[in-house]
Amino acid sequence: MDLLFKVFIDPFLQMGAMPDLLVQTLWEGLVSGVLYALIALGFVLIFKASGVFNFAQGIMVVFAGLTLVGLHEKGVPAWLAVLLTLGVMLALAVAVERVVLRPLVNQPDIILFMATFGLTYVLIGIGEFIFGGEPKQMITEELGLPRGAIDVAMLGGRVTFQKIDIAAAVIASIMIAALAVFFQYTRIGRALRAVADSHKAALSVGISLNQIWAIVWFAAGIVALITGIMWGARSDVSFALQTIALKALPVLILGGFTSIPGAIVGGLIIGIGEKLAEFYWGPLVGGGIENWIAYVIALGFLMVRPQGLFGDKIIERI
Amino acid sequence: MNAMNHSEFRQDIAPGETLLAVDNVTLRFGGVKAITDVSFDIRKGEVRAIIGPNGAGKTSMLNVINGFYHPQEGRITYRGQTRSKMRPHVAASQGIARTFQNVALFKGMTTLDNIMVGRTLKMRTPFFWHLFRHGPAMREEIEHRKFVEEIIDFLEIEHIRKVPVGKLPYGLQKRVELGRALAMQPELLLLDEPMAGMNLEEKEDMCRFILDTKEQYGTTIALIEHDMGVVMDLSDRVVVLEYGQKIADGTPDEVKKNQKVIDAYLGVAH
Repeated sequence: MDLLFKVFIDPFLQMGAMPDLLVQTLWEGLVSGVLYALIALGFVLIFKASGVFNFAQGIMVVFAGLTLVGLHEKGVPAWLAVLLTLGVMLALAVAVERVVLRPLVNQPDIILFMATFGLTYVLIGIGEFIFGGEPKQMITEELGLPRGAIDVAMLGGRVTFQKIDIAAAVIASIMIAALAVFFQYTRIGRALRAVADSHKAALSVGISLNQIWAIVWFAAGIVALITGIMWGARSDVSFALQTIALKALPVLILGGFTSIPGAIVGGLIIGIGEKLAEFYWGPLVGGGIENWIAYVIALGFLMVRPQGLFGDKIIERI
Repeated sequence: MNAMNHSEFRQDIAPGETLLAVDNVTLRFGGVKAITDVSFDIRKGEVRAIIGPNGAGKTSMLNVINGFYHPQEGRITYRGQTRSKMRPHVAASQGIARTFQNVALFKGMTTLDNIMVGRTLKMRTPFFWHLFRHGPAMREEIEHRKFVEEIIDFLEIEHIRKVPVGKLPYGLQKRVELGRALAMQPELLLLDEPMAGMNLEEKEDMCRFILDTKEQYGTTIALIEHDMGVVMDLSDRVVVLEYGQKIADGTPDEVKKNQKVIDAYLGVAH
């Protein structure tokens, strides 16, 4: 009985008793949720256009962050470094399309998936060779990102909002909205959705798969850079950062691999869910829930809705 | 219907002249010969049927023409230009549109969006403007939308404009696919069994659309069809394939009387 009380009733009593702490927890969950959504978007873009789960998305985040910081260390002004990094991500996209995707076109998905594994290690190697293996400080100040915190008195307590978190949430939201509009309403967005549905039909109306793939990988590269800056500003830029990409996996399972709204909602559920779980249920098992609760939520979802919240329903004709 | 005028990309090929010529084409998959030494031509403004029993190489022939397959031997001359290897999106940009035997639509998208995709190649505004949906991009979008609505009128599919095509019955899907091909304002339209799986009424509609396309837009059409009644009614000339080889070529009447064709279709006592 005591255990049941601690699991099912006590946490909610605590939430009610200290609403300011609840708001603080929700806010932190929201911020990481938005960032998860951003990472998941990088995956969704590439999965939609080519049916490939891009294992290298995580290392692309690190690679973009390292390039940016590394360029700045060499004396390049911050904003110019951002532009140059975008150039590097474009070059990477074109190279991946030319060297990896094009020769493997029409191969089974698992082959392409393995190729992105290879790409991961190539990028790790190049990154370590050029920038070294030590963690680097993100150039937050130089990019004009705010520092410090705002304390707001509310609900009989104080809630602290880190300014960098506010900036991260706003920028990630703008990025997500821009991508959603881009894919829903523009000519290239329409072509991309067409490619996602049927390669041969897209080819027959004159859409070049090579061009679309390069564009999509570049878009994923831009997402990686933004993620790298925002996530790097909260911790630092190191190769350990690539594991946040693994957090995108439960987000994708929740939202569906092919859905942009799914990535957003899934990201928020995972982000808020894991912060709530850590804060209110964590003490029951001695903490550390944050690291695995996302996968438990995803597993539960898989059993009920394998196609995800917004994914395409899988219908098979026999 | 002025917007449907094709003059912008038409070169000086007069009706009745050769638009596309296939010369001695051979296509192999490993050791299997799908097409053996086939030659024929398609003249501007005609409806050209390709017929033959199952497995005769008809669809392979269409795939060779629009660049999905690359033949090992032979040449293809389109609008006076001989080529060895063609990529599908280049074929599309030069005015070759097609439909597929098993409808290949963008199932998650609406009828309207599906047909709009057919306009992709005709859109020219720089990428930059599209990000903002303003100025030239908006004007262009509206212009193309108007064109697409004309096609929707023409094919009588107004009522399903906003329906995701995956939910439509097969006959209507075929019609949407034709619409997408027409949106490309093709010089040459390849139809792979446009009436397969349709009931009589749907077939009659489709026949009418094909003839109207030819009349109104002057599109040259090459089609594969199994319904002999339809083939004989629609086409100006017919080429007959069997086991990847050409066994007859001529007007419907000539082909009908050809002994080889009769044998191929009815079987022959050995």
